[in-house]
Amino acid sequence: MMTQNPNAQREAAFGKTLMATMRRQRVQDFLFHKITFIFALSVLLVLLGIIASLMIGAWPALKEFGLPFITSVEWDPVNDQYGAAIAIVGTLVTSFLALLIAFPISFGIALFLTEICPAWLKRPLGTAVELLAGVPSIIYGMWGLFVFAPLFSDYIQPALASTLGHLPVIGELFRGPQMGIGILAAGIILAVMIIPFIASVMRDVFEIVPPVLKESAYAMGCTKWEVVRKIVLPYTRIGVVGGVMLGLGRALGETMAITFVIGNAHKLSWSLFAAGNSIASTLANEFAEAETVLHVSSLFALGLILFLITFIVLSAAKLMLVGMSRKEGAK
Amino acid sequence: MSAENLSANLMQAASNNPVYRRRLLVHRVGIALSFLAMVLGLFFLGWILFTLIIKGVGAIGWNIFTQTTPAPGSEGGGLMNAIVGSLLMVGAATLISTPIGIFAGVYLAEYGEVSIFAKVTRFVTDIMLSAPSIVIGLFIYAIYVAQVKHFSGWAGSFAISLIAIPVVVRTTDNMLNLVPTSLREAAFALGAPRWRVATFVRLRAVKAGVITGVLLAVARISGETAPLLFTALNNQFYSSNMNAPMANLPVVIYQFAMSPYDNWRDLAWGGALLITFSVLALNILSRALFKQKNQH
Repeated sequence: MMTQNPNAQREAAFGKTLMATMRRQRVQDFLFHKITFIFALSVLLVLLGIIASLMIGAWPALKEFGLPFITSVEWDPVNDQYGAAIAIVGTLVTSFLALLIAFPISFGIALFLTEICPAWLKRPLGTAVELLAGVPSIIYGMWGLFVFAPLFSDYIQPALASTLGHLPVIGELFRGPQMGIGILAAGIILAVMIIPFIASVMRDVFEIVPPVLKESAYAMGCTKWEVVRKIVLPYTRIGVVGGVMLGLGRALGETMAITFVIGNAHKLSWSLFAAGNSIASTLANEFAEAETVLHVSSLFALGLILFLITFIVLSAAKLMLVGMSRKEGAK
Repeated sequence: MSAENLSANLMQAASNNPVYRRRLLVHRVGIALSFLAMVLGLFFLGWILFTLIIKGVGAIGWNIFTQTTPAPGSEGGGLMNAIVGSLLMVGAATLISTPIGIFAGVYLAEYGEVSIFAKVTRFVTDIMLSAPSIVIGLFIYAIYVAQVKHFSGWAGSFAISLIAIPVVVRTTDNMLNLVPTSLREAAFALGAPRWRVATFVRLRAVKAGVITGVLLAVARISGETAPLLFTALNNQFYSSNMNAPMANLPVVIYQFAMSPYDNWRDLAWGGALLITFSVLALNILSRALFKQKNQH
C-alpha cells in the first residue's frame, strides 16, 4: 500500500501524545507526593529537633548534678548550684489548683451550652467562651497582677485565712503573707485561662451523645440533671477526661500569666499564699540573663523536664479524645 | 375520668412524693450552678475587657503610632518601634508558616488515610498545638541564636512560625477532609492528575476554611510573648533590620508593665488594649468568614 489509512495515522499520533501526557502527569504526581511529604516530614523533624536540642543543651547540667537534679531544692546562681525540685513542685501545684477550680466551672459552662441554653444563644455564648481562649496570656498576667491580686489580698485571702486557715491539717496551706501574688493567685489566673479550653472540648464531646439515648431517659421521666449525670457523663467520660488533660497540658506550659503573679521566689513553703516559681516562669525570668554554662544548661534541663511532662499529658489527652471520636463514628 | 383530670391528678401525686421532690431539687440546684458557671465565665471575659478599656484608652493616641518607646523615666513616647517590629515578625512568620502548613496539611489529607507516618505526624501536630511556647523559644535559641551569637528579628519570626504551623496544618487537613469524595471522583473521571485534583479542586473548594486557619494562626502568634523573650529580645530604638534584636509589642508590654515607671505602665496598658482587640478582631473575622462561606 502506498498510503496508510489517515484515521489510523491520527490515532497513532493521538496515542503517542496521550502516553506522553500520562507520563508527564505521573512524574508530576510523583513530585507532588514527594514535595508535600517533605513538608509533612519537616513538622515531625521539628519535634525531634526540639527534644534533641533540649537534651544537648541540658547535658552539662545533667552530667554535673545527675539524677538528684530533679529532687534538689537548691537554686543558687551565685554558687552555681542548681536543682529543679522547687520549679517542678511550683508547676505541678499551680496546675493542679487550676484544674481543681476550672473543672467544675468548665463542666457547668459546657452543660449550659449543650443542654440548657436556648438555641439562639448557643452561638454567641460559644463564641464568647472561645474569645476568652483567644485573649493573649500576657493580658491575663497583667490583669492578674494589677487588678486581681490587690482584690485578692484585701478580701479573699483574709477570708480564707480566717476560715480555712483554722482547720487542723489543711489550715497550714492558707496561712502566711497575704500579698495577693503567690502560688494560689497563679493557680486562680491559670484556671481562668484554661476554662475556655476545657469547656469547649467538653461541649464538643457532650454534643456527640446520640439524642436517642437522652430522649429515652427523658421519656422515662428523668430530670435534665439526671440525664446529664447518668446518660451524658458516662457516655462521654473518656472525652471529658481528655478535655481536662488538654487543659492540664496548657496549664503546665503557661508562661506569661504565671510569671506576673507567682512572685518568682525560689522557695518551698506549705503556704499557698507564699511566692514560688514554676519551670516556665524561671525560664522567662532567668534565661536571657544566665551567664555561666551550668546556669544556661540547668535552664535547658528545666525546659526538657517541662516538655516531657506536657508531652506525656497531651499524648494521654489526645489518645482519650481519639477514642471518643471513634465512638462518634460508630454512632 | 377525662385524660386531663388524670394527668392533673398524677402531677398532684408526684409533687407530694418526697422522692420526686428531692429529684426536682437536685435538678434545680444543678441547673442553677451550671447557669452560674456560664455567668462566671462571661463575667471574667467582661472584667478583663473592661479593665483593658479603662486602663488602656487613656494611653491610646497618635503618639503610640508615631513615637518610639521612651527611655527610663522620660515622659511621652509611644510604641511605634514595637508595633513595626511585631508587624514585621508576624508577617514574616505568616509567610513562612502558611506554605509549609498548607503543603503538610495537603499531604495528610491526600495521602494520610493509610500510612503510619501520616498518623504519627497528625498526632505530633496535635501535641505541638498545645506544647509550651517557651520551649519553642529555647529550641530556636539553641539552633539559631546561639549559633549566630546574637538575638534577632528572624529568630523571633522562626519561633512564632513554629507555633503557627501546627494551627495551619490541622485546619487545612480538617477542611480538606470535608470535601465530598464525589467532587474528587468527578475530577479524576475527567482525567485530571492527582496533584491537580488535590490543589485546583480539593484545596480550592475549602479556600475559605484554609484562610480561616491562617487568620487563627496569626491571631495566636500575635499575642505570643514567651518565645520572643530570648529570640527577638527587645530594642529600645526603631529598627527594621530583621537581623538585629527587634522591639515587639508583647515583650515591650511585659517589660513596661513590670517596670516602676508610671508612663511605661500606661504605655503597657495601651499596648495591651491594642493587641487584645486586634487578636479578638482577627478571631471574629475568621469566624465570620468561615460561617459566610459555609452557608452557600
